[in-house]
Amino acid sequence: MPPMDAVAGEAPFIEARDLVKQFGGMRVVDGMSIALARGEMVGLIGPNGAGKSTMFNLLAGSLRPTSGEIIMDGADISSEGPETRIAHGLGRTFQIPRPFGEMTVLENVLTGGQGQSGERLWVNFLRPRRVATEEKAAVEKARGLLDFLRLTPLALEPARVLSGGQRKLLELARILMADPQAILLDEPAAGVNPALLELIIDRVQALHAQGRTILLIEHNMEMVARLCSRVAVMATGRLLAQGTPGEVARDPAVLRAYLGSTA
Amino acid sequence: MILHLFSYGAFFTTVALTYAIICLGLNVQWGQTGLFNVGVAGFVGLGAYVSALLTTPHSAEHIGGFGLPILAGWLGAALAAGLATLCVGWLTLRLRADYLAIATFGFAVVVQLCLLNLQPITGGALGIAFIPRPFAASAHDPARFGALNLAVMAAVVLALYLALERLGRSPWGRVLRAIREDETAALALGKNATRFRLQAFAIGGAIMGLGGAAQGHFIGFIAPDNYLPMLTFQVWVMLIVGGSGNNRGAILGAIVVWGIWALSASAIAAVVPADQQARTASLQIVLIGVALCAILLLRPRGILGEVRIVSRHLLPGSRLRQRLPHADRR
Ligand SMILES: Nc1ncnc2c1ncn2[C@@H]1O[C@H](COP(=O)(O)OP(=O)(O)OP(=O)(O)O)[C@@H](O)[C@H]1O
Ligand SMILES: [Mg+2]
Repeated sequence: MPPMDAVAGEAPFIEARDLVKQFGGMRVVDGMSIALARGEMVGLIGPNGAGKSTMFNLLAGSLRPTSGEIIMDGADISSEGPETRIAHGLGRTFQIPRPFGEMTVLENVLTGGQGQSGERLWVNFLRPRRVATEEKAAVEKARGLLDFLRLTPLALEPARVLSGGQRKLLELARILMADPQAILLDEPAAGVNPALLELIIDRVQALHAQGRTILLIEHNMEMVARLCSRVAVMATGRLLAQGTPGEVARDPAVLRAYLGSTA
Repeated sequence: MILHLFSYGAFFTTVALTYAIICLGLNVQWGQTGLFNVGVAGFVGLGAYVSALLTTPHSAEHIGGFGLPILAGWLGAALAAGLATLCVGWLTLRLRADYLAIATFGFAVVVQLCLLNLQPITGGALGIAFIPRPFAASAHDPARFGALNLAVMAAVVLALYLALERLGRSPWGRVLRAIREDETAALALGKNATRFRLQAFAIGGAIMGLGGAAQGHFIGFIAPDNYLPMLTFQVWVMLIVGGSGNNRGAILGAIVVWGIWALSASAIAAVVPADQQARTASLQIVLIGVALCAILLLRPRGILGEVRIVSRHLLPGSRLRQRLPHADRR
C-alpha cells in the first residue's frame, strides 16, 4: 500500500516506508507505511495487538526495524538509536508510563530538558553560574508544564506515588519539556478519569494549535474523532484503511478487524 | 603514651581515609550509576604503581623512577586509572550488566599478574619500596608527621566529597539517576546513556586510582599482594555498610569497617600464638562477613542509607534531603 499522502505536494515531516518488525517468526509490523505533514495530527487506531505500539517503538528508535525506512524531515534516521530522536525533533510517550520512580515529579520533568550545559560534566565546575542560571530557567519552565497538566501539588513527591492517570500526565509533561516538533502519543488518555480526559483532549489540542505534528494512538474513538481529521487503521501489522474518522468507522474491513475476523 | 596513642590514631584514621577515597570512587560507579565493578583492586593497584613509578628516584632494580613530585604522582595515578576504566568501560558498557562484572574481575586479575610478572617495571613480588612519603622531612617527629598526613588526607576526602556532591546535585547527576531508574525512558528523552555511564565509570576509576596512590605514598611500600580480590571485597563491604548511594555513607563505612578490621587484627595478634597467626587471619574475614550480615539485617540500606538528592538549585531546604523510606524499593 502506498504511503498516505499527507498534504499533497509538501514533503512529509515524518515518514515510515514499508516498516517490518519481526520477533522470532512473528511479523508484528508487516510492511507498514505512514506519513505525516508538518503540523498535522493523525490518529492511529486498531485492535489490541495490531502493532501500534511496536510501530511507535520503531519510529522512536527503541526498536530497530527488520526492514524499511524512517525518514524525518528528509533525513533517513532508520539506523539511529533512540537517544538521537529528540535532536531530530521527535518525542514520544510510552503506553505504560515509565516514570523515574525515586525522583520527584519536578525532577522527572526537568530530565526532559534539552541541551542544558550542566549535563556536561566539567561545565558544573568550570561555569557554575551558567549552570545555575539555566537550571533556574528550566525549573521555571517545568513548573509551567506541571501547572499546565495540573500536577503542581505533586511536584515534590517521588514519582512512584503517582496514580496511573497522573503517570500519564507526567509522561506528557516530561516530553513537552523537550519541546519536540513532533510527538508520538501512545494512549495518553488511557486510564484517565473523564474529567481529566477533557483536560488531556484540551492539552493535546493546544499542542496541535502550536503547530506540532502529532501521531496519536487511542482506543477512545470519540476522542480520536474530536482531535484528528485523519485516521490510520492498523490491523495485524499492516495499514488496513485510512481516511477521516467517519470514513474509517464505516469501512467494513475496519469493522471486521475490530470484530477479530481478519486473520 | 598519649602521644603514642595520638600517632596511632592519626595513622589509623589516615589509612581509613585512603579507603574512604576508594570507597567514594565505588559509590560513583555502583551507588550512583549501578555499575557492578568487582575489580576495584585492579584500579587501585594500577594507581598505586603508576604513582610510585612516577615519584620514586631512579632505581637499578626496575625501569622507571622519574623522581617527580608526589602531587604529579597522584594526578598521574588518577589519570592512568581513569583511562584504564574508560577502556574497560568502552569495551563492555554496551553489553549486559553481568559482562561488566566479568570484565572488571578479569581486569583486576590481569593487573595483579602484570604487577607480579613485569619485574623490570614493577619489581615483581617484592614490589616497590621507598616511595616518597608526604612530609617525610618531619618523619622524626611522629606526632607532627601523623597530624600533617592526616590533615592532607582529610582535605583530599573533603574536596572529593564536595565535588561529588556538587555533581550528584547537578543536571549531570540527575541524568545519571534517571538512567539508573529507567534507561529506556532516559534514552527517549535524548540522554546518551552510554556516554553518561562511561563518564561515571571513568570518574569512579580515577578516584580509585587516586586512592591507591594516596595509600601507597602514605605506607611508603607497595607489593602485588596488596591488590588481591580481598581488597575489592573490603571496599564493597565498606560501601554497603556505610550506605550505598550516599557519599557520607561511603566515608563512614570505610572508617567503620577499617576499624573492625584493624581492631580484630590486633586482637588476634594478642590472643593467638605467633605460629598460628597466618591461619587465624581468615578469622578476620569471617568477622567482617558477620558484621556485614548484622548491618544488613538491622539496616538494609547501610548505616546512612541513600539520601534523596534533589538538584541544588531547586527548592527551599526543608524537603531537600529526605531520607528514602526503607520499605518498598527494589
Ligand atoms: N518484544 C516482543 N517480542 C515478541 N512479541 C512482541 C514484542 N513486543 C510486542 N510483541 C507482540 O506484538 C504484537 C503487537 O504489540 P503492540 O504492543 O504493538 O500492540 P498494540 O497495537 O499497541 O496493542 P494495544 O492496543 O493493546 O496497545 C502483540 O501480539 C505483542 O505480543
Ligand atoms: Mg499499544
